[in-house]
Amino acid sequence: MSNNVGNAVDDDERVKGMSPLRKAMIRPELGAICGTILVFVFFFLTARDSGMFGAAGVLNWTLVSAQFAIIAVGACMLMIAGEFDLSVGSMIGFAGIILALLTISVGLPTWLAIIITFIVCIGLGAVNGWLVIKTGLPSFIVTLATLFILRGLTIFAAIATTRKTIIGGMREASEGDWLAGLFGGKIFKGFFQWLGDAGMIDVFSRGVKKGMPVVEGIPMLIVWALGLIIIAHIVLTKTRFGNWIFASGGDAQAARYAGVPVNRTKILMFMFTAFCATVFAVCQVMEFGSAGADRGILKEFEAIISVVIGGALLTGGYGSVIGAALGALIFGVVQQGLFFAGVESSLFRVFLGILLLLAVILNTYIRRMITGEK
Amino acid sequence: MVEPIIRMKNIEKHFGLVIALAGVSVDIMAGECHCLLGDNGAGKSTFIKTMSGVHKPSKGEIIFSGEAMKFERPRDAIAAGVATVYQDLAMIPLMSVSRNFFMGNEPIKKFAGISFFDHEYANRVTMQEMKKMGINLRGPDQAVGTLSGGERQTVAIARAVHFGAKVLILDEPTSALGVRQTSNVLATIDKVRNQGIAVVFITHNVRHAMAVGDRFTVLNRGKTLGTAIRGEITPEELQDLMAGGQELASLEGSLGGTV
Ligand SMILES: Nc1ncnc2c1ncn2[C@@H]1O[C@H](COP(=O)(O)OP(=O)(O)OP(=O)(O)O)[C@@H](O)[C@H]1O
Ligand SMILES: [Mg+2]
Repeated sequence: MSNNVGNAVDDDERVKGMSPLRKAMIRPELGAICGTILVFVFFFLTARDSGMFGAAGVLNWTLVSAQFAIIAVGACMLMIAGEFDLSVGSMIGFAGIILALLTISVGLPTWLAIIITFIVCIGLGAVNGWLVIKTGLPSFIVTLATLFILRGLTIFAAIATTRKTIIGGMREASEGDWLAGLFGGKIFKGFFQWLGDAGMIDVFSRGVKKGMPVVEGIPMLIVWALGLIIIAHIVLTKTRFGNWIFASGGDAQAARYAGVPVNRTKILMFMFTAFCATVFAVCQVMEFGSAGADRGILKEFEAIISVVIGGALLTGGYGSVIGAALGALIFGVVQQGLFFAGVESSLFRVFLGILLLLAVILNTYIRRMITGEK
Repeated sequence: MVEPIIRMKNIEKHFGLVIALAGVSVDIMAGECHCLLGDNGAGKSTFIKTMSGVHKPSKGEIIFSGEAMKFERPRDAIAAGVATVYQDLAMIPLMSVSRNFFMGNEPIKKFAGISFFDHEYANRVTMQEMKKMGINLRGPDQAVGTLSGGERQTVAIARAVHFGAKVLILDEPTSALGVRQTSNVLATIDKVRNQGIAVVFITHNVRHAMAVGDRFTVLNRGKTLGTAIRGEITPEELQDLMAGGQELASLEGSLGGTV
């Protein structure tokens, strides 16, 4: 039976054969793949001697890219499900302040404070989703409101309780906490020490860190980013729920006719976005040792830009997590690379704008080839 | 006599003061293509919606395989084996044919205790089913948006049949199609009927109806004059009936006495 199926293509003279190479190339991530190659070639030519591709340099832009990626993965899944969340940046600030207040002011152990923070924030994500579904308003508007509400509440809560917008002391408070280590720690330290001792990577030559490698280990933030990318990619492309995400964003009514639980799917994606924002916030609090009420501003747009560079359709139903991750990588490499190359930092935005435009033009072209849109 | 798969008895449907259906009785037999004809607003869509669980009839009885049925919602009708392909098809153009085909019914493959979408099975079945309907896909991952209107209609029909429809209702599947596409859809209807499935085919077009229909029921202003059998009625007579039944008296004989 399956042999006949294979021959189906030969039977119709109007179906043009497609070469395997072309077929492998035509995919939603193609624009982001091209962009990534372009960006690396560019910086390899212009900033090779700046240390950008040494161990410390690589860690630098990888860390920044991973920060973009954590937020982009959530935004990507939500966008494919047909919705936006503009409150991500405010959620990051909110989560950090809640965590710090619970730990420092209330005096809870850090692990408990982290768990409570996650529950509260994911709950707020569910409220976002529920409001969008129940009111039928565009998520753009609903989450724009949440953006302001959350930011205002965050600043108010910080000032009302501590008279400051930055709450410090988190590093000392979380010393030795098992859950805090999952967000603020580093892994493979021994391996990097060995690399340093063997002379494969640079070591500090003076100061208190003399003899230690410039890269101490892989920060957990990068591990989270990779984990989220892999899991989200598998869920989206390889599971039943992934099909529901595409269907909900592609045409909610058609999906409902076919028995897809559209409302549940969308609300879960809002919760996932909030989860990603909280992961970002907790990692950042652990890294800085403090929480700030103004953290995360404009993060939602950086996430959306990464996702769009990655080939997702703004109106939903189409996109790729791998693409969004590459979009985040491009974003991080460009931002840090211009710094390494010694380019005036204001030019970053010019560069980013041009990149966004090019990627979207290329992506639209590819998408039309795949989906037959006019 | 063979038991009809669905027997609609004296179905009435009122929308407030509007009487959309004023007592319509139709029997649908397995393996027949039953054409439902009528002018705009005659009540065709309303009638099939009582059959597919969208509307509850104000009065009347639905007997499905010999048992009285009350469909509370479309899902009940689908579960019983009554599938409807509406004009807007419920297809998602951005998604591939195989993802669309299995939307809401995704096949599952367990791996390490986790359920995964069984793409291999979905792709294979989609290609097979489309091949059966005479459509050559470039591949199962081809987006529905790249298919023509008739091909999409066929995907929707193939999907309903694959998931065990006993009665397939098609609401004006040919109204937006060109000649070639129409003949493809009519050929699909013929294939489905030959599998023993009852097809209810709604159309305005007498020629389309005559091409595949076994029996014809004309609705006019919420009423029916009965069901005619193929060969006992001419296209002209059907056309006149749809136009309002002015020549009713002279036609009664040709309606096979089932008025
Ligand atoms: N939900 C509703 N509420 C009120 N009136 C309705 C409703 N649905 C249908 N009607 C009325 O019932 C009558 C029959 O409509 P129906 O849609 O069944 O016609 P139809 O035969 O399918 O026509 P067409 O060929 O144009 O599709 C019309 O007068 C219509 O206005
Ligand atoms: Mg109608």
